[in-house]
Amino acid sequence: MAKRERLSGNEAVAIALRQINPDVFPAFPITPSTEIPQYFSTFVANGQVDTEFIPVESEHSSMSATIGASAAGARALTATSSCGLAYMWEELYIAASNRLPLALALVNRALSGPININCDHSDSMGARDAGWIQIYAENNQEAYDNMVQAFRIAEHKDVRLPIMICQDGFITSHAVENIELLDDDTVKNFVGEYEPENYLLNPKETMAVGPYAITDYYMEAKRNQAEGMKHAVDVVKVIAKEFATISGREYGLFEEYRMEDAETAIVIIGSAAGTAKDAVDALREKGEKVGLIKIRLYRPFPADELAQALQNVKAVAIMDRAEGYTNHGGPLGADVMSALYRAKAQAFAVNYIYGLGGRDVRVEDIEGVFETLKQIVADGDAGETYRYLGVRE
Amino acid sequence: MSNLTEIRWHGRGGQGAKTAALLLADVAFQTGKYVQGFPEYGPERMGAPITAYNRISDKQIRVHSNIYDPQYVVVVDESLLETVDVTKGLKKEGAILVNTHRTKEEIIPHLKGYEGKVYIIDAHKVSMATMGKYFPNTPLLAAIVKVAGIMEEETFLREMESSFKHKFASKPEVIDGNMAALKMAMQEVQ
Repeated sequence: MAKRERLSGNEAVAIALRQINPDVFPAFPITPSTEIPQYFSTFVANGQVDTEFIPVESEHSSMSATIGASAAGARALTATSSCGLAYMWEELYIAASNRLPLALALVNRALSGPININCDHSDSMGARDAGWIQIYAENNQEAYDNMVQAFRIAEHKDVRLPIMICQDGFITSHAVENIELLDDDTVKNFVGEYEPENYLLNPKETMAVGPYAITDYYMEAKRNQAEGMKHAVDVVKVIAKEFATISGREYGLFEEYRMEDAETAIVIIGSAAGTAKDAVDALREKGEKVGLIKIRLYRPFPADELAQALQNVKAVAIMDRAEGYTNHGGPLGADVMSALYRAKAQAFAVNYIYGLGGRDVRVEDIEGVFETLKQIVADGDAGETYRYLGVRE
Repeated sequence: MSNLTEIRWHGRGGQGAKTAALLLADVAFQTGKYVQGFPEYGPERMGAPITAYNRISDKQIRVHSNIYDPQYVVVVDESLLETVDVTKGLKKEGAILVNTHRTKEEIIPHLKGYEGKVYIIDAHKVSMATMGKYFPNTPLLAAIVKVAGIMEEETFLREMESSFKHKFASKPEVIDGNMAALKMAMQEVQ
């Protein structure tokens, strides 16, 4: 029986982890993700899980220990935010290139500086090329549901890659909202036992993890990694379908909201999608044909499917909660625009940078973006495609 | 969205404004509502001004922005009246609740001409009388539930008692004091 509850995003993810009962959880605290290992450590102390919880001295060590545990054959994960993720940087690539299906509960927070504890996506966006699967959440429910699905995706034999389950710092991590939890056995059965094929503690098959690859082998190793990423798209869909049978909640690569006949649309990631849906509804009531696409799977990037979903749109605004310092926009903007180009799409596309360091985004702000898109369609000219939302200049 | 209630809390770090907002979300959830309770942090230090928010609705809440035009404002620390524009955006059909030992007449001049209803409560008095220590959030929670008419008094007290039993399972001796604080606050708010 599913249970109606009210929880913060951090509590929700911690409960998902209790239900998963991973083998190893090394952790080092950093705001706003600290509560995840904090809640989890009480589950350990109360004997509700039999996880080996390892308090370490830094994020470099927490990711290293997670990698070591995963290479040994354990189901392992850690949690972090912002500078903690930055401090894991070299290890992120090690995890991915060793094809270790570990997980990271990431609570998105701005990178320094100026030093700031609030939400933006600069931490995970910076790690977008590290070879990790990245999945984002709009609210606590999605953060929980994504965490439940994480290991199934990462451990799939066609994938075998690390996975980052992202949610917005404070906005969802510290906000108490309604949520529906699955019961423990349902999650346990859904996630199943981890049976690694190749692992260090297997006495029948000795192996090395992370050896030097000379030039003659390195490129094939990277090509193989890319193959795992390619398979991840279908696996994410398959696992989501199975998850729907136990939860009644349906997920895809992205969510299309009122896109049926939309003439203008925004593409957005994370908690601001909820705010933007209210803007879409308000404008729809006035007869405006507007819609929204919320990215769930960001790495690998569902370029073809996204271009397909945007094929009838006249103008689109791509919303980035991170700077790219390219002088022409942020990372999501680059990905969506390249997807549109590959599909020979005709839509005007503009890219907004918004919400940095927790800058609030309101329903009215998003309505303003749609107003701009309407003007672009009327003018037949996108004008400046690299824009800022809600900044004082 | 006509049944949406929005509340903004102004306090200082360490006074429990965030906890009060979370408790309010909790108790409203118990009566079958959709809820949000969330903090907005500035610098992370004791004594710095913090804001916390509540949305309570019969419908699912998707918006994730702060609250700019609340129906209700709760001021946990009256020294904020001088430094924070606590009535900013506050609807005049709504109300402000201030924790103070002063009279309503003394407080009103500090509210920048706010035209709506003004309520006061001396949470310090209530807290010291019932719990022997200063925890302003418990009396303020009861007071705002009454002022905003969020639920029946009886339902509120019943739900809070069960919530305290859960929250204070390891120190049940504080439950009676907290319950007394809620009841006294409902009488004292004016």
